Amino acid sequence: MTTAVDAAAVAVRKRTFLQRYPVVRRLIRHKAFVVGAALFAIIVFVAVFADWITTADPNRMAIRFRFRPPGGEFLFGTDNLGRSIYARIVHGARLSLAIGLAVVVMNAVFGVALGAASGYFRRLDNVLMRVTDALMAFPPILLALGIAAALGPSSMTAAIALAAVYIPRTARIVRASVLVVREMEFVQAALAMGASNWRILRKHVLPNCMAPLIVQLTFVFAFAVVTEATLSFLGLGSPPPTPTWGNMIAEGRQYIRDAAWITLIPGLALATTVLSLNLLGDGLRDVLDPRLKISQD
Amino acid sequence: MTAPLLEVRNLTKHFPIFEGFIVPRQVGAVRAVDDISFAIGAGETLGLVGESGCGKTTTGRLVLRLIEPSKGRILINGQDIVGLPPAEMRPLRREMQIIFQDPYGSLNPRLTVEEIVAEPMVIHGERFGPTVKKRVVELLNLVGLASFHAERYPHEFSGGQRQRIGIARALALNPKLIVCDEPVSALDVSIQAQVVNLLQDLQAEFKLTYLFISHDLGVVRHISDRVAVMYLGKIVEIAPKRQLYAAPKHPYTQALLSAIPVPKARGRRERIVLKGDVPSPINPPTGCRFHTRCPIAQDVCRKVEPPLVPVAAGEHMTACHLVPPESAQAVA
Repeated sequence: MTTAVDAAAVAVRKRTFLQRYPVVRRLIRHKAFVVGAALFAIIVFVAVFADWITTADPNRMAIRFRFRPPGGEFLFGTDNLGRSIYARIVHGARLSLAIGLAVVVMNAVFGVALGAASGYFRRLDNVLMRVTDALMAFPPILLALGIAAALGPSSMTAAIALAAVYIPRTARIVRASVLVVREMEFVQAALAMGASNWRILRKHVLPNCMAPLIVQLTFVFAFAVVTEATLSFLGLGSPPPTPTWGNMIAEGRQYIRDAAWITLIPGLALATTVLSLNLLGDGLRDVLDPRLKISQD
Repeated sequence: MTAPLLEVRNLTKHFPIFEGFIVPRQVGAVRAVDDISFAIGAGETLGLVGESGCGKTTTGRLVLRLIEPSKGRILINGQDIVGLPPAEMRPLRREMQIIFQDPYGSLNPRLTVEEIVAEPMVIHGERFGPTVKKRVVELLNLVGLASFHAERYPHEFSGGQRQRIGIARALALNPKLIVCDEPVSALDVSIQAQVVNLLQDLQAEFKLTYLFISHDLGVVRHISDRVAVMYLGKIVEIAPKRQLYAAPKHPYTQALLSAIPVPKARGRRERIVLKGDVPSPINPPTGCRFHTRCPIAQDVCRKVEPPLVPVAAGEHMTACHLVPPESAQAVA
């Protein structure tokens, strides 16, 4: 019996990657996801290879060349101090994405820890959730402004402020999934085997809570990029002359009637980044949606 | 009966109901399982039947301490496991395992079959290596699956195959007692027979003891040695299989059995149809809990709770005022 069966096994092993991971196939078929992922990949590429893409110094002022419109010698034109907007956009992408990534990582770590603790250890639930309720009662921008103002303007404080705003929201989402998964029979089975809480959380509960978390984190990324620009615009992000998209919009504001491109181009960069992340997130949500049967993903 | 492997005494589970803002106060309790006692001998199968919500599943989970009992004692080989700290409980968990109803919910979709079946061994201190992998293949073959199934994920299997994986996992530690919580209710009838037969073969091979929970009287009749009937958190009748099916004493058991469809029924067959629904376990009826629906209820049934007493030879016990106890029958 075994030999016949093992012969069949060889045939079985040759299943392709896509057959093994139907999620990947569904993602590839999702147009919005593909467009979003492609756009985002380009932005990430630009941010990572900023120094190769443009050799121009984003902070080099050249008064002779101020207010040059886009096209010609300067692809995206120059600003009021004659700095190349193209170079500043490319380098600004790096900072925007770095802050976005930092916020996402902090959200993943603390949001998951808080959400898992709250959902799994019911004694902690009331305390933790009332604290998150309190934090969520503030409008996001106001809370971020308050924290950033208290810590002083810098990229780091902006990231911390943004993380503090979104961690309660991420924790809520993780908690909700944990509450569902902890009641599933495979968790009961693990308990019956004598598994420790830590093992159950790590092996059984959290891996099955990943889908909504991943979706949430893409949206957190998008929010973080926008809100960071807002903080910069209000002077509470990275201080000028650091090229951030928010700073560029803030500086261009005075000249918006005569040299709209100084404001519009960073605005477009911001909009494209957020759009790409939202498309990506929508695609992930459609494919990984927890309302689909858990066994199918 | 041989010395009991599992003995349950006065087992009770009341789920508290809380109400109130900020400071919760208990306003009542769902009396899911209320003071039940039974024993299962080594190698025996006790069927536990009853309607939905009668406390069957809660009883199964209590026995494994997946739920903490409110009161009562659970003895495994004479050792009381209620209140044991986790560290002392863990070695005992080797002795008892569970098979679940839902073959879709009982396997973690993120793990391969190999990881699932190996998990009990890993939890009990074995390293996930060649020895464990070999044992996994052994177990898979035992339940009728092939070695190449080991590297697949649960969603690649049918319901019956998944149930087999669940059985392989339950067997991994060579347990003595297996709580089968409606193990075939979610399966097609043709697959049910296969799984029930597999459970019987395994029992014969490994001298397993089953607590077999089901609402399917036919399946229970097939697999059990003795059968206990539950109604609203109480055991109303417990007897060896033949006696229970041939001569049920409690009116509820009689009604249940009369509901089994009979192929080619000849002549008139009396069908006892119960009126109304099962009352709420939050405020169960006084006296005999079945009196609200019992066709023969008397005054005494509304006032006094009937104890579970022997009513016929061979350990046939019933909780009903209107069934004369064994001693009275002997006198009469």
